[in-house]
Amino acid sequence: MTGFARRFRASCRSARPWLAVLGLSALLLAQRAAFPQIVGYPDAWTLPVAEAINRVMDGLVAQFQGVARAVSGGLNLAFSGVRALLIGSPWAVPVCLFCLIAWQGGGRRLALLTGALLLYILASGYWEPAMNTLALVLVALPLSILIGFGLGYLGFRSAHARRVILPMLDLMQTIPAFAYLIPILLLFGFGPVVGLIASVVFAVPPMVRNTILGFERIPPAVLESARMSGCSRPQQFAWAELPSALPQMLVGVNQTTMAALSMVIIAAIIGGFEDIGWAVLSAMRKAQFGQSLLSGAVIVVLAILLDRVTAAYAARQLPGASHAGLPLRRFAPVLAAALIAAFLAAQALPALRDWPAGLIHSPAQAINAATTGFVLAHGELMAALKNGVQFFLLLPVKLGFERAVVPFTWGITLTPGMKAAYWALAGLGCVLAFGRGRWKGGIAVLVVAGFLYFGATGLPWATVLLLTTLLAFQLGGIRLALLAGGAVVYLLVAGLWQQAMISVYLCSVAVFLCILLGGLIGIWAAASDTVSAIIRPINDMLQTLPQFVLLIPALMLFQVGDFTALLAIVAYAIVPMIRYTEHGLRSVPATLIDAGRACGCSAWQLFWQVRLPQSLPQILIGINQTVLYGLGMLVIAALVGTTGLGQAIYVALGEANAGAGLAAGLGMALIAMTADRLLQAVIRGRA
Amino acid sequence: MTSRAAPKLSVRNLWKIYGPNPRRIVSGAFRDMTHERRLEHVREARHFVAAADVSFDVHEGRIFVIMGLSGSGKSTVLRAVSRLDEPTCGQVFLDDTDLLTASPRALIEIRRRKMGMVFQSFGLLPHLDVMQNVAFPLKAQGLPRDRREARAREMIDLVGLKGRERSYPHQLSGGQQQRVGIARSLAVEPELWFLDEPFSALDPLIRAQMQDEFLRLQKQLHKTIVFVTHDFLEALKLADTICIMKDGEIVQIGAPAEIVLRPANAYVREFIGDVPLAHVLRAGDVMSPPRNDGRAHPSVPPEAILEDAIRLFGETTETVDVVGADGAVLGSLQPLQVIRSLHHDGPGPDR
Ligand SMILES: Nc1ncnc2c1ncn2[C@@H]1O[C@H](COP(=O)(O)OP(=O)(O)OP(=O)(O)O)[C@@H](O)[C@H]1O
Ligand SMILES: [Mg+2]
Repeated sequence: MTGFARRFRASCRSARPWLAVLGLSALLLAQRAAFPQIVGYPDAWTLPVAEAINRVMDGLVAQFQGVARAVSGGLNLAFSGVRALLIGSPWAVPVCLFCLIAWQGGGRRLALLTGALLLYILASGYWEPAMNTLALVLVALPLSILIGFGLGYLGFRSAHARRVILPMLDLMQTIPAFAYLIPILLLFGFGPVVGLIASVVFAVPPMVRNTILGFERIPPAVLESARMSGCSRPQQFAWAELPSALPQMLVGVNQTTMAALSMVIIAAIIGGFEDIGWAVLSAMRKAQFGQSLLSGAVIVVLAILLDRVTAAYAARQLPGASHAGLPLRRFAPVLAAALIAAFLAAQALPALRDWPAGLIHSPAQAINAATTGFVLAHGELMAALKNGVQFFLLLPVKLGFERAVVPFTWGITLTPGMKAAYWALAGLGCVLAFGRGRWKGGIAVLVVAGFLYFGATGLPWATVLLLTTLLAFQLGGIRLALLAGGAVVYLLVAGLWQQAMISVYLCSVAVFLCILLGGLIGIWAAASDTVSAIIRPINDMLQTLPQFVLLIPALMLFQVGDFTALLAIVAYAIVPMIRYTEHGLRSVPATLIDAGRACGCSAWQLFWQVRLPQSLPQILIGINQTVLYGLGMLVIAALVGTTGLGQAIYVALGEANAGAGLAAGLGMALIAMTADRLLQAVIRGRA
Repeated sequence: MTSRAAPKLSVRNLWKIYGPNPRRIVSGAFRDMTHERRLEHVREARHFVAAADVSFDVHEGRIFVIMGLSGSGKSTVLRAVSRLDEPTCGQVFLDDTDLLTASPRALIEIRRRKMGMVFQSFGLLPHLDVMQNVAFPLKAQGLPRDRREARAREMIDLVGLKGRERSYPHQLSGGQQQRVGIARSLAVEPELWFLDEPFSALDPLIRAQMQDEFLRLQKQLHKTIVFVTHDFLEALKLADTICIMKDGEIVQIGAPAEIVLRPANAYVREFIGDVPLAHVLRAGDVMSPPRNDGRAHPSVPPEAILEDAIRLFGETTETVDVVGADGAVLGSLQPLQVIRSLHHDGPGPDR
């Protein structure tokens, strides 16, 4: 027992700052009935952040509107041109064009796949909105690639430039797209160009990163051999650097394309333009689930198409690629001839010009009927599932046991005895952990117990501020503490506290589920090749799908609400967890496993003591990604009626209130970056 | 050896210093300091000396090997001489031109016509096939395609890669890749040929094979060569002159036999420790004056290795003549002398 006491005392000493914060929190919570501003941050202490942003924005708009409108006009022109080619000409022409491009990149099979997918779009009746979307992507893409390449090369050449560019990329990717749609709207005016510019902004970062990576990875000897061959500087660039970096840059093009598509779809939310995102959204708003599902399927088809074709071009550049395609000077005339032939054929054969209405097939009504039938037949089961999750998971995290455990939900009332028992249990857990020298575990027990008891929205803001800052300080020192503390202070001062905590609540439940389910699936997939083979394409699909589409099935089955949002977030954010868990477990060196076996480990011991610790760094990276994905999806999920920061942005978008939108968007970005840096610090600490 | 014409490549007082501001360190009073004082001066300024006052000459058609342990500054010297890295100060003459003051344009021109370099990690361009890689320097020269391909084909044949012209680097083994690197470096018919540990990445058997081939090529081509290696045996096998480096400084320069027989200090003696001397020393290296006792002796040429010469000693044969190509007796081998020279720590024949 003396050992226990000694370790207990040592733990208390180590945990002193934590205990101080928790003690202070207990005091605050005891007084909260008398002082409501302990939990709810008082409005009087906020600063007019949104107004300030609006004022700056007004200035910018006044200053740059002329330029912006000119840019907008130019882009509109380019867009109309591409649109004329895709929609204005007989459908046979673009189909022929894309099939040939696919053939050039990936050979006959890819060309056939492309043809089949395009015919599906024609037959679905969504040809025109799909081509509108594609036209936006095709105009945004060269811009993103050029800008991304320029910035990437600059970042590669100059360390100074990189110090500016990299944080900028973080912001571009973490500020929710909805938020920067508003200033773009104000600057560039209403219309499809807004989606175009937003998608350029969103799609540039992967190109920049891959460009930097591509150039950095060139072996020095390659560059030196070019210098020693007597290449002038431009020759070195054109003959050695650029081709060596090209494969990686084409991976960037692939990612950029997918990002551009995803953004073009999201931008449909500002409406007023007949693209496929709008088709989904308007159908969703009218509760026409059949239509929204079918148009969502068209988005999926577009996504697969763009992904496969750009991926084929990237693969073709790798050494040892089997398909080379034609040299450009032979491909160009072939392409031109084929397009002219298709155009002439369409003049002779009207069916090639306008897709015959008889060949359009839309099972929307059938789907609607089937959904209704399914919901009717299984309504009780689904309601039970939904209520179960809501009552026993969502509400406790949001409101705390204190407010969530009522007869309506749990069928019981919390008696003072139960409360006492709850806290006694938590205290005992902490003491036991302290006595075993695990003070971090003890503190974690107390923090989690408090979080569940009071709920995300019932914690004193000072507690959250202090705990976050302290955690950040212990994990990453003063700089991380400044970032984390600064983020919390920003959310408080900007008057976003309430919404932020709701976002944190929804996201933390989603992340918890992702880690649990994703971890299990990952473990299973690591153990079984069959499961792995089944999971992989599903993961691929969940990841390439524009996030938007994931909302549809959830909405069809469970209507508007937090549960639906939760499902959509989990579906999107679970992917990295599964992937990294499986990858981590599978890449444990075989020699280690053998060594464990030789030491007489059982399968169970082998898992807990060899495989899991070895793969933990990978799994932590997976968790990090999952958190970022979850936060990213949160904003999209606001479309199905969650409250929180996502909704604040969404509302601001409706009012074209740039200040409110950007203020909330920045809040979202700060939460994401803080979470990211904290987890990175954990990962570094483990490595 | 007889004295020859002016050296092809002459390196004078070359320094390479790493740190925030190396140029400032070698300015001013640096000139007038003693060597020891200079090293101290650099160290006090918290800079790092990678090459210290390196001077050597390489004569036309000769193989000059720089040898030393990892980090001793071999690559630094080679890269400074070829100006892949700018040396901090010094002079490098190729014939009469100072490479270090050559303008960027002139340097490009020199690299296009007069220099070839082989890298340890090959440095092949991954997106070009063998033919295009070998023709690459010719493309930089601006040669038309048919001419550069004809020349590249010659080089590919020379290194024994005929038939692999259309392969890409990743489809070749390490040895084959380095053959491409060699062919490329020779494509412009350089006067100066630099090789930085060209065979170190290869496994021993291939390495030995490549060394033999390198010697065969040199017999044909007579390039002026600076060859870097950390393998003492390789240096002995290939070099006309060996330069041994330690911590950025030259420890000893000499012919292989000179180094083996008269190591300058303990550091050099360490290397010699595990060298099978009978394989390295040649009859000409250890012979004493001709011995005319009226009897007929078996004879060996001066370049025969001792291992072969020793076999000729017998019950009654106590002298072996060393006979030049013209039939003149240059000297003789005596058992005692041979045994002494084979004994690592023993006094050399001239001592
Ligand atoms: N860019 C640099 N900055 C600082 N120090 C350097 C730099 N490049 C090389 N050095 C140092 O100079 C010394 C000599 O390096 P060098 O590459 O010439 O060694 P080496 O003899 O070629 O060794 P190896 O056999 O490993 O190739 C090393 O100690 C190295 O750390
Ligand atoms: Mg080296």
